[in-house]
Amino acid sequence: MINTFMGNLGHLMTILAFVSSLVTAYSYFQYFKANELEKASWRTFSRISFYVHTISVAMIAFSLFEIIYNHRYEYFYAYSHSSKALPVHYMVSSFWEGQEGAFILWAFWNVVLGVTLIHTNKFWEGPVMIVFSLVQAFLVSMILGVVIGDLKIGSSPFILLRDATQAPIFEMNPDFVPEDGTGLNPLLQNIWMVIHPPTLFLGYASTLVPFAFLMGGLVTKKYSEWIRPALPWAIFSAMILGMGIIMGAYWAYVTLNFGGYWNWDPVENAVYVPWLILVAAIHTMITFKKSATALKTSIVLVILSFILVLYATFLVRSGVLGDASVHSFTDLGLSGQLLIYMLFFLVIAVVLAARAWKHIPTSEKEASVYSREFWIFIGATTLGLMSFQVILPTSIPAWNSLVESFGGISNMAPPADQIEFYTKFQLWFAAVIALLTAVGQFFWWQKMDKKALKDALITPYIISVLLSAGIIVLAKVYDWKYIVIVLAGTFTIVANAVILSKLVKKSTFKLTGGSLAHIGIGMILIGIMFSSGYSDVISINMSGLTYSNSWEDEMNKEHVLLWINKPTQMKDYTVIYRGRQKKVVGVPEYVPAKFLEPTGKVNEALALEDYKDYFKKGELVNIVLEENDYFKIDYMKNEALQFSLSPMSQFNEGMGGLISSPDSKIFLDKDLYTYVAAMNDYADPEWKEDEIYEVAPGEQFHVSDFVTYFDGAEVLKELEGYTLQEGDVAVKAKLRVLDYDVEKTLEPTFIIRNSQVGKLPVVDTELGLKISLENILPEQNKFVFKVNQYQKDYVVMKAIVKPYINVLWIGTLIMLLGFTVAIYRRFDEFAKMRDKGME
Amino acid sequence: MKKGHIIGLGIIAVAIIIIMTSIGDASSYESFNTAWEMKQDGDDKAIHVVGQLKKDAAGQVTGLEVGEDKTSFTFLLVDNDGTEQRVFYNEPVPADFQRSESVVVIGSYREKEIFVADKILMKCPSKYQETDVQTAGM
Repeated sequence: MINTFMGNLGHLMTILAFVSSLVTAYSYFQYFKANELEKASWRTFSRISFYVHTISVAMIAFSLFEIIYNHRYEYFYAYSHSSKALPVHYMVSSFWEGQEGAFILWAFWNVVLGVTLIHTNKFWEGPVMIVFSLVQAFLVSMILGVVIGDLKIGSSPFILLRDATQAPIFEMNPDFVPEDGTGLNPLLQNIWMVIHPPTLFLGYASTLVPFAFLMGGLVTKKYSEWIRPALPWAIFSAMILGMGIIMGAYWAYVTLNFGGYWNWDPVENAVYVPWLILVAAIHTMITFKKSATALKTSIVLVILSFILVLYATFLVRSGVLGDASVHSFTDLGLSGQLLIYMLFFLVIAVVLAARAWKHIPTSEKEASVYSREFWIFIGATTLGLMSFQVILPTSIPAWNSLVESFGGISNMAPPADQIEFYTKFQLWFAAVIALLTAVGQFFWWQKMDKKALKDALITPYIISVLLSAGIIVLAKVYDWKYIVIVLAGTFTIVANAVILSKLVKKSTFKLTGGSLAHIGIGMILIGIMFSSGYSDVISINMSGLTYSNSWEDEMNKEHVLLWINKPTQMKDYTVIYRGRQKKVVGVPEYVPAKFLEPTGKVNEALALEDYKDYFKKGELVNIVLEENDYFKIDYMKNEALQFSLSPMSQFNEGMGGLISSPDSKIFLDKDLYTYVAAMNDYADPEWKEDEIYEVAPGEQFHVSDFVTYFDGAEVLKELEGYTLQEGDVAVKAKLRVLDYDVEKTLEPTFIIRNSQVGKLPVVDTELGLKISLENILPEQNKFVFKVNQYQKDYVVMKAIVKPYINVLWIGTLIMLLGFTVAIYRRFDEFAKMRDKGME
Repeated sequence: MKKGHIIGLGIIAVAIIIIMTSIGDASSYESFNTAWEMKQDGDDKAIHVVGQLKKDAAGQVTGLEVGEDKTSFTFLLVDNDGTEQRVFYNEPVPADFQRSESVVVIGSYREKEIFVADKILMKCPSKYQETDVQTAGM
C-alpha cells in the first residue's frame, strides 16, 4: 500500500516553513521599527515565529530522511537516490544526492546559525534576522513544488513516483511500489561524501552571517561597528568553506579517477572563488579593526563573497554550465528562481551600500609602503585578481546563454586544457601571495622602516634560501618555475615560523592564528607543486609490443593491460593482477570473489570454500555492496611481493557502465595511486567454437596457452546437488591447468543414466575457459574434452606516483588549525565587548 | 604621480592581461566542417565539437572500435550539422559512453580521416528523465 502521509507531512512543513520565514521577516521588521514599549512583544513574537520556522525545517529534513530510511520507493526521491542494499551512513548521502536535499541541508544550516545568532547577540538580532528570514524564504521556495498556471515554483522532493514519471505501469496499477530503488551513485558511496556536502553547505550558509551583519550595519548607520561581531563569523565561514573544499578535493582524490585532487572544473571553481574573496575580506576587516582603514574595501568584499556563493549556486544548479562541466547536475527548472534570489540580494546590498557610501569613514592619508595596511591591501588585491582570473572563463557558458537570450550567437567555449590554462596564472598569483604573507606578517607585528625590515627579513631569507637549496637538490627540482615556487613556499614557512616562535615566547598562543594559517599555505603550495608538477605516470606500456603501426603508437599510452596472473613490468615494479575480491561483513580483508556465489538475495552469498577462520564452506555470508569488485594488484620488486592494492570498480547497469575508485599505497614521501580504467565483462561471454581434445590419464596437453595435466578420473559415489540413482555412472575428470605461477584444478563431470549422457561442464571465469567431459573411450583409454574459450580476465590500469602529497594534506590541516585559533580569538574579543554592554 | 595611481594602473594592466588571455585561450564550439577548415588554415588549436554517437536502425551504437591493448578506441560521431567523423581517443572507453545522449569532443583534426580528442565530455540521460520504472516488484 502506498504511504502518502510522510510526503504530505513533508510538503505541509515546506509550506509552513515558507510562510513562517516571511512572517518572521515581517515581524522582525516591525521589531526593528517599533518603539521601546512594543519592542519586547515584537521580539517575542518574532522569535516564536523563527522557532516555528526552525522546527518546520527540521521536520522537512526528518520527513525526507524517513522516506529514504524506510525504503519508501513510492516516492520519487527515495526511488531515484537510494536502494535497499545501502548501509545507513550512505542513506545519509542519498539525502543530499538530489538538489532538493541539498537545498534542505542549506536551509537547515541557516536555521542552526540563526538560532545561534539569536542567543549570542543583543543588539544585532533585528536586522540580522530579517536578512536571515528572507534568505530562508528564497531557499525554501526552491523545494516548494507549487505550480500556478505555467509558473512552477520550486521542485518538491516529496512527489510520488507515479506523479514524477509517465511509466505505463501506473496506468495499470496506481498503487504500484517498486521493489527497490535505483540506488545511490557509487561514486558518492564514500565516507567523504557523507561529510563533505554538510561541511560545504555550512560554509555556504555561514557566508550569510557577515553579510547579514553588514546589512544591519548599513541600515542602522553603524557603518563600522558591524565588523566586530561579523569578524569571527567571517573567519569561521572561511575555515568551514576551506575545509569543505579540501574534503571535496580529497574525495576526488580517493574516489574519482581523473588522477588528482583538483581539476579546475567549473563546479570546483565556483567554490574556490568565493573562498578567495572571503579570505581577502577577513584580511581587510582585521586591518580595519587595527587601524581604521580599508572599511570600504571590506564592505565590497563581504557583499561580493555572499553574492558569489549565490552566483556559484546559480552556475552549478541552473543547468547553464551544460556541456562545460563533468558534474552532471540536472536542470530542475529553477534557473529563473535562482537568478531572482541572487539579483534580489545583489540589488539590496548595492542600494544600501551606495546610499551609505559617502558616510562611510575613510582615511585620507595614503598608506606608506612601510605600513601593514599597504601590504594587506596588495594582498587583498592579488586575491581579487586571482578570483577574477578564475571566474571570468568559468562564466563563459553563462555568457553564451546571456548572448543567446538576446537572440545573438556565441560559440565561445571554456579553455580546452583547463588545468594548464588556470595553472599558468594561479601558480604565479599563489607565489606572490606566499611572499606577501611572509613580508606582511613582519609588518603586522612591528613598526617597520627600511632598516628594521632589512633586519627582520635577513635571517628568514638566508634560512629559506639554504632550505630551498636543499629541497631543490635532494628532490631534483630543476624546472625554474618550480624552483621559484619552492623558494616562495619555504620563505613563507620560515618567516611565519619565526613570527610564530616570537609570539609564543612573548605573549599567548591566541595570537598565532595568522602565522599558523600562513605556514599551512606555504606547505600547501609546495605540496601542490610536487604532487601535481612532478606527478609521474608509471603505467606506461613497456612490453615493447606495438599493436598498430600507425601514428597512434606515438601517443603516450598511459594505461597498461594486465592479464590475470601475468607479470607485467612497470617502471621499478613488476605488477600482477590476481583476480577480483569482495568485501564481506565481519572480515577485515578482501575475500576472493571466486569463493563466493551470489544467492540472488541482496548482498548475500554462499561460501564455496573455507576462508581462513572467518567462514566455512556452505555458510551464508553478507557482502558489503555486492556490486563492488576489488581488483587485487600485486606489486613486486625482485620477485618479492612489496604490497597489494585493491582498486574498486563496479559494473553499474543504472549508471551505464564501469564506475571506478582508485586505491593508493601511501608512503611517507609519496603516494602510489592505482585505478582500474576498464575491465573484463564476463557476465555474458561469447564462447568461441568448440575445441576437442582426446587425452589419456597422466598425459599433458595444451589448452590454448595453458599447460594442462590430466591427472585421471574417478567414479563418484555421490554428487553434490544431484541424487544418483541405482545404475547411474558418474565420472569426474581431474584437470590441472597451469597459468604462470597459478595452478587450478578443474573437474568436469560426466553422468550416464539409462544410456543417456549428462555433462556438467566447469566454467572458470578467470581463465575464460569452459571445459566439459564429452565422452569416455574405454578401448583407447582416452577421455574426450570439449573446451570453449572466451578470454582471460583482465584489467586496464593506470598508476601514478604523486610525490610529497602528504605535505599538501599536512599543510591543509595546519591552515585549518590557524583558522580555528583565529576564530577563538576574535569571538573572545566580541564576547568581551558584548558583555560589557558595548554592542 | 601618487603611489595609489601606480597601483591602480598595475591592477588595470593585470586585469586587461587576464581578460585578453581568457579570450585568447578560450576555445570555441565548431562543427566538423569548420574544424577541418581551421586545420587547413594551419590552426591547430583544440576546439569543441558537440555531436551524437552514430547509431544503427535498431538504436545501437555502431562504429566503436576498441584498440587491441584496450587502452584506446575510435568511434563515429555525428555533429549537429550531420557530418560523420571518426574520432580517436587515447583512453579506455569511459563508463557510460555508449549511453550518452550527446558527446562533446575537445581536440583537433590530425588528418581528414581522424579527429583526435584530448578530452571527452558526456551528457548522459539523467535519472530524472527516466521513464522506464523497473517493474521487478510486480
